[in-house]
Amino acid sequence: MTATVAAARQDAARRTRRRRHSGIVPPWWFAVPAVLVYAVVVLYPSIAGAGSAFTNWSGIGAARSFVGVDNFKQLVQDNQALGALRNTLLLTVAIVVVQNGLGLLLALGVHTGIKSKMLLRLVFFAPVVVSPVMVSFLWKYVYNPAPDAGLNAALGAVGLGGLRQDWLGNPSLALWSVAFTVIWQCAGYSMVIFLAGLEGVPAELHESAMVDGAGTIARFRHITWPLLAPAVTINVMLSTVGGLTLFTQIIAMTNGGPGYATDTLSTVLYKQAFVYGKFGYSTAVALVLAIFVAAVSFVQIGYLRSRETNA
Amino acid sequence: MKYRPRTFALELAMIAVAVGFLFPVYVLVTLAFKDPAQIANKPLSVPAPPSLGNFGEAWRSAGLGSALLNSTVITVISVLLLIALGALAAYFLARTATRLSYSLYILFLVGIILPFQLGMIPLYQFVDNAGLLGTYQGMILFYTGIQLPFTVFLYTGFIRSLPADYTNAALIDGATHLQAFAHVIFPLLRPITGTVLILNAVQIWNDFFTPLLYLGGSGHETVPVRVFGFVNQYTSNYGLVAAGLVLAALPILALFLVLQRYVIKGFASGLKG
Repeated sequence: MTATVAAARQDAARRTRRRRHSGIVPPWWFAVPAVLVYAVVVLYPSIAGAGSAFTNWSGIGAARSFVGVDNFKQLVQDNQALGALRNTLLLTVAIVVVQNGLGLLLALGVHTGIKSKMLLRLVFFAPVVVSPVMVSFLWKYVYNPAPDAGLNAALGAVGLGGLRQDWLGNPSLALWSVAFTVIWQCAGYSMVIFLAGLEGVPAELHESAMVDGAGTIARFRHITWPLLAPAVTINVMLSTVGGLTLFTQIIAMTNGGPGYATDTLSTVLYKQAFVYGKFGYSTAVALVLAIFVAAVSFVQIGYLRSRETNA
Repeated sequence: MKYRPRTFALELAMIAVAVGFLFPVYVLVTLAFKDPAQIANKPLSVPAPPSLGNFGEAWRSAGLGSALLNSTVITVISVLLLIALGALAAYFLARTATRLSYSLYILFLVGIILPFQLGMIPLYQFVDNAGLLGTYQGMILFYTGIQLPFTVFLYTGFIRSLPADYTNAALIDGATHLQAFAHVIFPLLRPITGTVLILNAVQIWNDFFTPLLYLGGSGHETVPVRVFGFVNQYTSNYGLVAAGLVLAALPILALFLVLQRYVIKGFASGLKG
């Protein structure tokens, strides 16, 4: 959706051209209530947050002094924060690739002549509307370390008992277990956006390609995939921002543990602020996260948009 | 499309995927109907006999009745405000081509990618100082602000695709700008209003972190916050916890089933942007 930042310039130009025809313009005060609420809830706090990243604010009272880039120096030496940065990136890559890949396969699967497609859409999409905190608790039980509960019990029942794991307690596995839960919940979301894209692919193109003897894979590569470019853009952008800012699922399932194995930038900044009372440091982590999200978004917009127009 | 053997094979494959996909749901629902002995001895079997005791106890101990009320009040008022403020602002932004309107539009777009974590702590202080911690008003203000960028974005795109002539006619007939908006423009926005309503409602209803921070211990907790406390309190009583999760998820799932066509369309079209 940030894709529009880039497109806004063109829109503005278009609006200027249309201006002559639009006649009477709405009064400026129509925008005032929204701007006020937005400024109070988003703009002012974000600017204040960015500002306090350069202070040693403890969060209690107004006492704070300017410490320059000390918080950022501390950040690059903080093994917990660096581990969290690494976890954040790994999680994001896993979520973007697997969730969208799965979403695309599901969309292709239910965009066919199968009889159960409406029911299957409902099944795959239903987890999207359930609160992430509840989905996390459900999966926390599925990942129960006991050999006769949840996923481990199912593995035992189908003769794969050797694969039983302590899914959330094993530090080298926990991050992927959390990623899988997010993917399970959100694959339906990607599916729906891909379905919307697939509906825009004209059937005649496929028919004429079939007459020309193009097989299923050739038709996907040369017709469906290029025309899905806008859906890919939106899906990749959404899942990237979602992955980078992932918070609820981690707090509910592992609270960043075992050790720091599933800490992300979001959980670290939360703990620094509300557990250790280091608000200045916490907002420095938040500022790094914000810059990160913005940078990744702009790079993606640039790349994915150019892909769309070339397609 | 003809139904061929290949389609049948695909159908079977997709159903197999769906069954695997539903495994966690099966675990949760069967757990909710079991007593502790059944959970210990037959963890994956169908409950026999099914016991309903977990549900009543979960409903009472999680305080789900009042949590549903809190969630409903906060979600409904926030969404109504978002529709009113968002449509009004977007109408100005979409129909005015000045430097000011363009800058405001960009300013709103920035809010879409700005992670809320950046302003989280100053905003917490502001809400605290304003005496709004633990109140409906604090949450409604928060959601209206945080969801406005996305709402304005959806409305602005839609209004730009509408012809401008309708309002001009109303204004020439002597209507005020607000009357023209309410009686002519707003009804034309119905399709996008549906999308705005659904996307915001799901987001606000399911949000967990901010209400935990702003409402924790106030008695005005929303459903996800109550469930969080409840699960942490009864952590080893799996049957009870599962029943609580099922009860808490049911209202939104029931609403989804009723509105599913619009929900799925809303998600897709709202994000096609």
